[in-house]
Amino acid sequence: MSDPIAVPPGAAIPAGAPDLAGGGDIAALAAEVGITRAEVCIVAVAECFRGDGEILANPIGLIPVLGGRLARATFEPLLCCTDGEAQLIANDEIFPGPESPGGLTASPDKVVEYWNPYRSMFDWVWSGRRHVMMGATQIDRYGNQNFAAIGDYAQPKVQLLGYRGAPGNTINCVTSYWIPKQGPRVFVESVDTVTGVGWDRAAALGLDSAARFFEVRRVVTNLATYDFDTPDHRMRLRSLHPGVTVDEVVAASAFEVVVPDEVPTSRLPTPDELHLIREVLDPRNLRSSEVSD
Amino acid sequence: MTDKLITEDDVVASLRSGMTIAIGGWGSRRKPMSIVRAICRSSLTDLTVLSHAGPDLGLLCASGKVRRAIYAFATLDTIPLEPHFRRARESGAITDEPLDEGLVHLGLQAAAWRVPFLPTRVGLGSDLLRDNPTLRSITSPFDDAESLLAMPAFQLDAAICHLNRSDARGNAMFLGPDLYWDDLMLQAAPTGGRFVSTEQVVPTDALASEGCIHQLRISRMMVDGVVEAPGGAHFTTCAPDYGRDEDFQKEYAASASSPEAWLAFRTAWIDLPEPDYQKKVASR
Repeated sequence: MSDPIAVPPGAAIPAGAPDLAGGGDIAALAAEVGITRAEVCIVAVAECFRGDGEILANPIGLIPVLGGRLARATFEPLLCCTDGEAQLIANDEIFPGPESPGGLTASPDKVVEYWNPYRSMFDWVWSGRRHVMMGATQIDRYGNQNFAAIGDYAQPKVQLLGYRGAPGNTINCVTSYWIPKQGPRVFVESVDTVTGVGWDRAAALGLDSAARFFEVRRVVTNLATYDFDTPDHRMRLRSLHPGVTVDEVVAASAFEVVVPDEVPTSRLPTPDELHLIREVLDPRNLRSSEVSD
Repeated sequence: MTDKLITEDDVVASLRSGMTIAIGGWGSRRKPMSIVRAICRSSLTDLTVLSHAGPDLGLLCASGKVRRAIYAFATLDTIPLEPHFRRARESGAITDEPLDEGLVHLGLQAAAWRVPFLPTRVGLGSDLLRDNPTLRSITSPFDDAESLLAMPAFQLDAAICHLNRSDARGNAMFLGPDLYWDDLMLQAAPTGGRFVSTEQVVPTDALASEGCIHQLRISRMMVDGVVEAPGGAHFTTCAPDYGRDEDFQKEYAASASSPEAWLAFRTAWIDLPEPDYQKKVASR
């Protein structure tokens, strides 16, 4: 892990800087200052929560949790964050690692600001005061998500987690997705079971009626970021991570991703963000085990 | 004072094949495992199990006790997917009534409040309406005429939960981070079928001082039988009394790899009286 002090101030790249060469220049800069793909992903996740204000940022998974905490520590200070169990935590340090005896991730350094048992989650979700970032075993061009089962649901080829909270999350609160390994078996033509609702189904319900609280906002993968800002809400390539090409993204998608004429490069972390990621949020560098370069 | 103290076998004796049973806890956390083990040893069959599922559902599936699962997920927490439940689903051994976690909440609340259903948006647009025939689409009777989903009240025959402390009459408290849905499950089940196992039975006048008053969330009005079962949640966590036995859980998960592995696990850890099980665990 490189020393954040070695990162020159110029490493801060403004969001949305177009780069038709697939991010080559920024990739070179990222490599030069030792910024990893995992760190780019964390910033891309943080950007999903920009503008959310005083709601529960509920990213699930390591990179999402780091991104949510980074957003709160920088540009979105009003966000609330969980400890992954039954507490909302006011300080930004992450306390990862194996559960302590009793199943509690107790730490003397944790600043608890609310008791948040599982049942309280529905108060946040159903009132719209939550932005969840879930995973997906399959996701399609409209953001329909599946993590329940592969194959025929009645007797699946592979039983996965189940519907969990995906139907309720997607119909009630802002939802984004984190895909640590994008590929054509994840970005599929159609999902086997719709656990999380996508834009086409929400439109069929009525985006101004039954689905008026629906918003699948963003998909962040190890390769790129995506949104649904197209006329029919098909998934659109929003930015490529430094060093990734459009061809790689196309090869890693079984459906046709909308590719704009100009695709920006995902922004790099600022020196301040790098410091937070490396020294405060994830000093043990667990992030590189989820996304490698 | 009415003493409701009974044994795991008394609980089993009050159950019947074909019943619908709610099991408390969450994932691999504070599960009433000593009663689950007793059910596994029993002649009961064709159970419908409602659970925020962990190894309770897995053990019952592996033991051939389950006809139908009502669930939103099945996980061992540190092992993301419940392996015995997976086998049961993939082999077609059980039928399935999938739900969103929030619908489980509403189905329990509806049952507890004795209304036929509760309305929600949860499930609209998803494949739940395809995969769970008990759900219905409805229209709000008010001017908004909103499309909603009707979550029916669960029709439970019994509920079984494990709490940290209880008195002999069934006033009980959780001491860990979360009550989960234990209180609602007990309230949703009919009188006569509501069972609590507990780490320790204490006198009523000592109960409140065992923890924080706000953790005293199970009333004797919700409970028909109390089983004193120290270690009764093993191998799931029963914070703060004890954590999850991760090594044991790994052995349990590995026993889903083949019929032979399951038989060996079953012989070693199910087919023995609960006191012997606890002694064996303690000597590991």
